[in-house]
Amino acid sequence: MSTDQESKINLVVNSESKPYWEGAAKGQLLIRTCNTCGKVHHYPRTICPHCFSDDTAFVEASGNGVIYSYSVTRQAKPPYVIAYVTLDEGVTMLTNIVDCEIDKIHIGQKVRVKFSEAGDGYALPVFTSA
Amino acid sequence: MSINGKSYIVGIYEHPCRAALDKTLPQLHAEIAKGALADAGLSKDDVDAYFCAGDAPGLGPINMIEYMGLNNVRHMDSTETGGSSYIVHVNHAAQAIAAGHCNVALITLAGRPVADAKEGKPTRYYNQQAPDFPFETPYGPNVTNMYAMCAMRHMYEYGTTSEQLAWIKVAASHHAQYNEHARLRNVVTVEDVINSPMIADPLHRLDCCVITDGGGGIVMVSPEVAKSLKRTRVKVLGAGEAPKHLAAGQVDLTYSGACWSGPKAFAEAGVTPADIKYASIYDSFTITVLETLEDLGFCKKGEGGSFVSDGNLISGVGKLPFNTDGGGLCNNHPGNRGGMTKVLEAVRQVRGEAHPKVQVRNCDIALAHGTGGLLGSRMGSATVILGSEDA
Repeated sequence: MSTDQESKINLVVNSESKPYWEGAAKGQLLIRTCNTCGKVHHYPRTICPHCFSDDTAFVEASGNGVIYSYSVTRQAKPPYVIAYVTLDEGVTMLTNIVDCEIDKIHIGQKVRVKFSEAGDGYALPVFTSA
Repeated sequence: MSINGKSYIVGIYEHPCRAALDKTLPQLHAEIAKGALADAGLSKDDVDAYFCAGDAPGLGPINMIEYMGLNNVRHMDSTETGGSSYIVHVNHAAQAIAAGHCNVALITLAGRPVADAKEGKPTRYYNQQAPDFPFETPYGPNVTNMYAMCAMRHMYEYGTTSEQLAWIKVAASHHAQYNEHARLRNVVTVEDVINSPMIADPLHRLDCCVITDGGGGIVMVSPEVAKSLKRTRVKVLGAGEAPKHLAAGQVDLTYSGACWSGPKAFAEAGVTPADIKYASIYDSFTITVLETLEDLGFCKKGEGGSFVSDGNLISGVGKLPFNTDGGGLCNNHPGNRGGMTKVLEAVRQVRGEAHPKVQVRNCDIALAHGTGGLLGSRMGSATVILGSEDA
């Protein structure tokens, strides 16, 4: 796994993840929903991990969530904040918390998605204080 | 079919090196195999089953069986669950022996992350085709910050403190002072841990395990073979293994797969946590131990912090002596995979061959637990319960 900032924007765009990254490039946070069981999941898969239906689709999330847990990687230059954010839609995703005073970040904090440039026209969904 | 009493551990070996600049990875495996077989009083031609995990190069058993000249193998298994693999292997070897598929099983682990780093080689490799890779790697996850998030959430939900986590390192260091091979032999205090540099909040440098080269091996045999050997035999009483994952986005970092692997092992062994005289608990980080102890039922969920405090894990002092070799926190974490050494010290305890300063009296029942992957999120847990002949 990567530890340095440089590899943080090395996106892997494949047939299953491409729509997700194209959505992010347009400023949309996409999550995958199942048209059979009605449940959402993350990270996105073509076959629903709840009911195994292949009738799944991307939908746009509200972009609002709360911090479930986080950690500051102090040895990195500059230090960065990794976090699990629980979206209002009910799934929890790995992400970064950015543009915040690091020492004031806390579990339960309301956050809102924003998009950081990831090169080649792509963008990475990250979160900042709501 | 139960494995209880159907197989025995008769040979173990822990490579004494902690940096292996002058040794290749296959060479380490072979030195370990030689050591474990010598301990058992068996030869390589007695081996009819071989077990290894992702640390073994090439096609795992295929390449290693050839390299070592194991010419009588009729059963092999390369189950890979990270650091817990070798405890899964003990379970699988016990099952294979009980089913009559083999009589003498050899399990080896080796690694050289220290040497690899010095030689400029990658020390960890994560396959880009892993399904989670595209959605997680861009955020800079590493082993420390991912475990740190478990600790952060555990603190939030249960009020666990850094001082309580530090007690786990303190206990390990008390044991490591007696192990001549331990990577870190200095006894540390709670203050030493708290004052060590913050790596990833809330984990300090001394909340983290050592990085070492070397490895270890185990020889397991059928009861008939065990009775023909002079070595003190250690009975396999029960085992359990379990995956845990992120459940499609329903994340809960406060517990591990031990809450499933543990009860299976206890049920098969016919014992309870109160019967365990000694426990080897996977200790990649202090939080790994704390969550695991709760999940195995040594204390209630959320009460791990008070359970580990005040020396309760120190042999001769507390109620549950743990990791009396110094564990991964102080002694050895070969190849970044600590499951093997957990079994080895549990075997020493049941044999009565741990260092006299840390040997648990009348240690008739011991437990070893492994954690692979990332605690609380995407992981493999494995538990084995071992006993003396009379257990």
